[in-house]
Amino acid sequence: MILIVAEHANGKLSKSAYELASAARGLKREGGVTALVLGSGVASVAASAALIADQVLVGDSAELAQYDAEVWSAAVAQIAAEGEAEVVLIAGSRSGREYSPRVAVKLDAPLLEDVMSLKDEGGVLHAEHYTFLTRVTERVEAKAPVVVVTVKAGAFAPAVPGTTAAEQFDVDLELPKRRLVVTGSTKEKTGRIALIEADIVVSGGRGVGTPEGFVQLVEGLADQLGAAVGATRAVVDAGWRPYSEQVGQTGKTVQPKAYIAVGISGAVQHLSGMNKSKCIVAINKDGDAPIFKIADYGIVGDVKEIVPAMIQELRK
Amino acid sequence: MRILTLIRQVLDAEESVRVRNGAVELEGSKLVMDTMDEYGVEEALRLREAGAEAEIVAVSVGPARAEEALRTALAMGADRGIHVVTDVSLDAIALSAVMAQIAKAEGAELIFCGGQEADWDSQALGAATAERLGWPQATWTSALELKGSTLVGKHEADEGSESFEVVLPAVVTTQQGLNEPRYPTLPNIMKSKKKEIRKETLEAYGAAPKVKVNGVEIQVKERLKKILDGKDAAGAAAQLVKMLREDAGVIA
Ligand SMILES: Cc1cc2nc3c(=O)[nH]c(=O)nc-3n(C[C@H](O)[C@H](O)[C@H](O)COP(=O)(O)OP(=O)(O)OC[C@H]3O[C@@H](n4cnc5c(N)ncnc54)[C@H](O)[C@@H]3O)c2cc1C
Ligand SMILES: Nc1ncnc2c1ncn2[C@@H]1O[C@H](COP(=O)(O)O)[C@@H](O)[C@H]1O
Repeated sequence: MILIVAEHANGKLSKSAYELASAARGLKREGGVTALVLGSGVASVAASAALIADQVLVGDSAELAQYDAEVWSAAVAQIAAEGEAEVVLIAGSRSGREYSPRVAVKLDAPLLEDVMSLKDEGGVLHAEHYTFLTRVTERVEAKAPVVVVTVKAGAFAPAVPGTTAAEQFDVDLELPKRRLVVTGSTKEKTGRIALIEADIVVSGGRGVGTPEGFVQLVEGLADQLGAAVGATRAVVDAGWRPYSEQVGQTGKTVQPKAYIAVGISGAVQHLSGMNKSKCIVAINKDGDAPIFKIADYGIVGDVKEIVPAMIQELRK
Repeated sequence: MRILTLIRQVLDAEESVRVRNGAVELEGSKLVMDTMDEYGVEEALRLREAGAEAEIVAVSVGPARAEEALRTALAMGADRGIHVVTDVSLDAIALSAVMAQIAKAEGAELIFCGGQEADWDSQALGAATAERLGWPQATWTSALELKGSTLVGKHEADEGSESFEVVLPAVVTTQQGLNEPRYPTLPNIMKSKKKEIRKETLEAYGAAPKVKVNGVEIQVKERLKKILDGKDAAGAAAQLVKMLREDAGVIA
């Protein structure tokens, strides 16, 4: 059996769940694909999961209303052990990558992290993932009866939901007490398309000059293109933009069809989060900025002149 | 209290990566203590400077050359080092078994670990070590304070950030923004040369890799590099939009 842990947010099954289902199907293991849904009041999420899995296990309780690494890893490991799962697939989200190592330790299993491909060769799982700040592709294998895998966002085509719903079962979970007490949170929600799901990303760096410049140039261009907004660490640290928009080693990884870098120098740590984009566009006044080394298209010029001109042009 | 800070020696971020014989070639490149780990050493020092009585022990598992990274930690102010000398490269889950045993033997109460180091891009070591010790963890920490035996801080979650409290013992993973790591001063560099680095063998810990690496590749996507001169802003903008629409087909 392959177990996928289906993430959800705001009452909806996340795109990653569809990608996990697709990665799981690709392994063609006997015993099918079981989806595990954890949360509180997750009936509609479970119903969506039932269209992409062969069986859905639902842990629905108030204790699961909020994510916690120890609680999640305990639940997932318990279900994996009881169901004798051979492969446990977890989304490569920040939380997924945080609790998956605990699941691997509990199951005494190897962990394949943030994989972008997954193959079964005679019962052995082979995968590829990036190393060295996304500059190197490493091929790995896990020779063990049980393997835990986190799957890179966007690496697998999302599974298309079927028309017949799989059976759902409620599960009893033995959950540990939470020890990391969350005392407050700042949710950063925008009305825009999610960064990691967008076809076009417009990102801004220190070169936009001011927070107002960011709004006018980066948001302005993004709105014109129906794009998501990204930012560099420099502008996030400066407090111009929320952390949720940060792209790079310590932020999000994106690989859109087009990534438009506005006033971004192109530090390795930033490139690490976007260098796999299909088409990279850069606007920077410094022709020697490293971002141009990985750009497909670009303009050497002042963003305060170039970007408004682009917005004008797009309006035509 | 004893604080462990885990140290990896990695390729300097500014260096280009080269592959030889199916592995990343590090010979002849500048190797440094990972920046992510610098935040951990710095934070341990700050906790001590804020009044916590602590011995700070830097721990590294790696080849002989990794001692240089440990020396950097000692020059920043860590008290002593433990170096498990091995050429075997362990995946995070296997490595966590070593780290947990060291933490137990040392009676540590707090472990700092880089959020995602620049060589293996793994985020798993901190959490796996915490699991083996039966400790809680706070990952991607961006602010930290010790109040008695409670860590009070902020960290990044899936969307947005959270404030948290956690009672020691605990594992904390660090990241850029947590603090501004200090440069070792010359007197401290001199002093660090006399600090103890205990050498150990991997065999003593009985840890073996759980993941086998079959090879590495550098896949460089050829970029078109069609870069326009922006002196005529309107003209360049028009041409760029046209190329994105017609040549690349990425915008409507
Ligand atoms: C451990 C670690 C992790 C990190 N993680 C991340 C990460 O996840 N994401 C990230 O982004 N960074 C990260 N960084 C930081 C990274 O190294 C860079 O400092 C950062 O990306 C720089 O941001 P920037 O390009 O906005 O700023 P700068 O490097 O200052 O670049 C600004 C650019 O704007 C151009 N410019 C200025 N004015 C104009 C104008 N009027 N018109 C056109 N161009 C102009 C300049 O020529 C320059 O190239 C990390 C660093 C470390 C050490
Ligand atoms: N140990 C040190 N003591 C004093 N200055 C340093 C030290 N390490 C680096 N620097 C300087 O700090 C600047 C930035 O260094 P780096 O970030 O290491 O490239 C450079 O000018 C270095 O020469």
